[in-house]
Amino acid sequence: MQSGTFHSTYAGDMALRPYWPMRIRIILIIAILLLFPWFGNRYWLNLANTIGIAAIGAIGLNVLVGFTGQISIGHAGFMAVGAYTTGLLAAHAGLPMWISIPIACIVAAGIGAIFGMPSVRLKGLYLAIATLAAQEIIIWFLTKGDKFVQMATGDRRVVFFGESLSIPPAANSLFGFALKGNNDFNFYWVIMTCLVLTVLFVSNLFRSRAGRAMVAIRDQDIAAQVIGVDLFKYKLLAFATSSFIAGLAGALMAHYRGIISWERFTIDVSILYLSMIIIGGLGSVSGSIYGAAFMTILPALLSNVSRAASGFMPAFANYLPYIQQGAFGLAIVLFLIFEPEGIVKMWRNLKDYFRLWPFSY
Amino acid sequence: MEKLIQLSLSGIANGAIYALVALGFVLIFKSSDVINFAQGELLMIGAYLTYMTVQQFGLFWPIGVVVAVILAAVVGVLIQQLVLRPLIGEPAISVIMVTIGLSSVLRAIVGAVWGITPLPAPQFLPRDPINILGATVGMDKLLAIGLALLLFGILTVFFRTSSEGIAMRAVADDQQAALSMGISIKRVWAVAWAIAAVTAAAGGILLMSIFGGVSGTIAHVGLLVFPVVILGGLDSIPGAVVGGVIIGLLEAFAGGYLPPELGMGQVTPFIVLVLILLVRPYGLFGQKLIERV
Repeated sequence: MQSGTFHSTYAGDMALRPYWPMRIRIILIIAILLLFPWFGNRYWLNLANTIGIAAIGAIGLNVLVGFTGQISIGHAGFMAVGAYTTGLLAAHAGLPMWISIPIACIVAAGIGAIFGMPSVRLKGLYLAIATLAAQEIIIWFLTKGDKFVQMATGDRRVVFFGESLSIPPAANSLFGFALKGNNDFNFYWVIMTCLVLTVLFVSNLFRSRAGRAMVAIRDQDIAAQVIGVDLFKYKLLAFATSSFIAGLAGALMAHYRGIISWERFTIDVSILYLSMIIIGGLGSVSGSIYGAAFMTILPALLSNVSRAASGFMPAFANYLPYIQQGAFGLAIVLFLIFEPEGIVKMWRNLKDYFRLWPFSY
Repeated sequence: MEKLIQLSLSGIANGAIYALVALGFVLIFKSSDVINFAQGELLMIGAYLTYMTVQQFGLFWPIGVVVAVILAAVVGVLIQQLVLRPLIGEPAISVIMVTIGLSSVLRAIVGAVWGITPLPAPQFLPRDPINILGATVGMDKLLAIGLALLLFGILTVFFRTSSEGIAMRAVADDQQAALSMGISIKRVWAVAWAIAAVTAAAGGILLMSIFGGVSGTIAHVGLLVFPVVILGGLDSIPGAVVGGVIIGLLEAFAGGYLPPELGMGQVTPFIVLVLILLVRPYGLFGQKLIERV
């Protein structure tokens, strides 16, 4: 293990993974990702897929909140845009997944940019409240949009959204190859490919001019403007990028689950994603993944514990929903009080401890 | 005409309750710069505590309400002491998230203790219909307006004359100056949370009495606080009152006059919210912030 940062070349300075322990770790992670689906059963595959989708969504939110400093409480709304766009295209136009998902991402990016426009004049708390309104308006449109169309056309039989939207399995095809058989297994590869692409894209985004402009806006927006960063352009770009990735997560979820309803995209879901990046670590791609994993595993773990404890503590199962909700809230509160920088910081502390051992001062 | 009066009165009644809840929100924001996402949960706690003292313990209702309000104030102070004090100086997102986490914990506790099925509430407000200019309105709504006005009066006197209230205004105006004048900010924050919990509890009790029942969904009023405070200005107490009434009226008119199947009543406050933020971000009475690097 190296004891410090000693770059002797520019290439070494710019590398994403400059040290050999990091490279070994990334190879190990890729190997585990490749081997996992051959050994995991349906439960574990489902859990991994849920974490993968959550991680994509959390990375998208982190682009906006962690890197650009624009608080958004409407992330689930943008996921809903992605999910419903691909759902409508698949169910009513019969488009296959590999065409409809990119369209869904672009539509989500557009809607995100529209709702990002108030960010030109607003910041911090006010913007947070504006995105909350975006969330409420999008969900309202999903529940009442049908009625609008019916009143406009005068035809009461028109139903686009309905109570829930099912996606025909025929839409789950990639470049002409239909995904048949084990749904969890097939989607594992789709979701993990998207996750890896998202991670690569976002990690590299913040090494580019646009990404650095976003970080400058986060740190001090007026100072950034003074040195020539176009606030409007880069804030909108951050909103669009974030919503694009949110749309991807929503669209993947729509195709994976096969059925979507507005209840999957309420404000509670937005809050869940915010809590993922807070607990994982703001402004960190790996932190988003840790946070997504933590927040997905925590309720699953609790329900497993309750099943195990049902023999000698039957009350546990009765109170399970409240325990899950309480644990969710407590996790946020405790992390913010004791480790505001999240799991990423805990992991770094652990590494530092061993690197500096035995002289850790 | 009758419909107009009827909608106006019920809009004002709801608006008065929103204003009560928003008032606590503004107080907390003014004195400590905390955006409190748990305001709706404070309202829910107040309603459930009243249910507990009156229905479950069988106290005579004025005593039960007083006990419940005191308990709610204790909850508010405890939250401030245990959760928000360690976060002084942290960025806005942390403070927002901690109140969100808190609201989740509070909802879990209420759900575990009282369940999620709606409970029949004790009714203390008489519900006889009353005729005003040809429109029939429930007595309870008029009483709700009256009680809200009374509370505003008490709070205005409190802020103008009591030394505690003056200290709070000083802290809201300039924290550093207030500190150097020997005002204890910690004490002011505790009082602000206590008052916020009390006004939220009052709103919760009024809502519970009007609905005739109490359930966890009552906490959704907490979200409506945002259009109210943004319209009135985040740091303005008169703004909270005016904003509350306007949002209550808008909600009633949009729900009453536009086609009901569109559910415009629920979404209009949020559309108004976005428009205000675009045109006048600091609200009707809010202070325009001048920023320096």
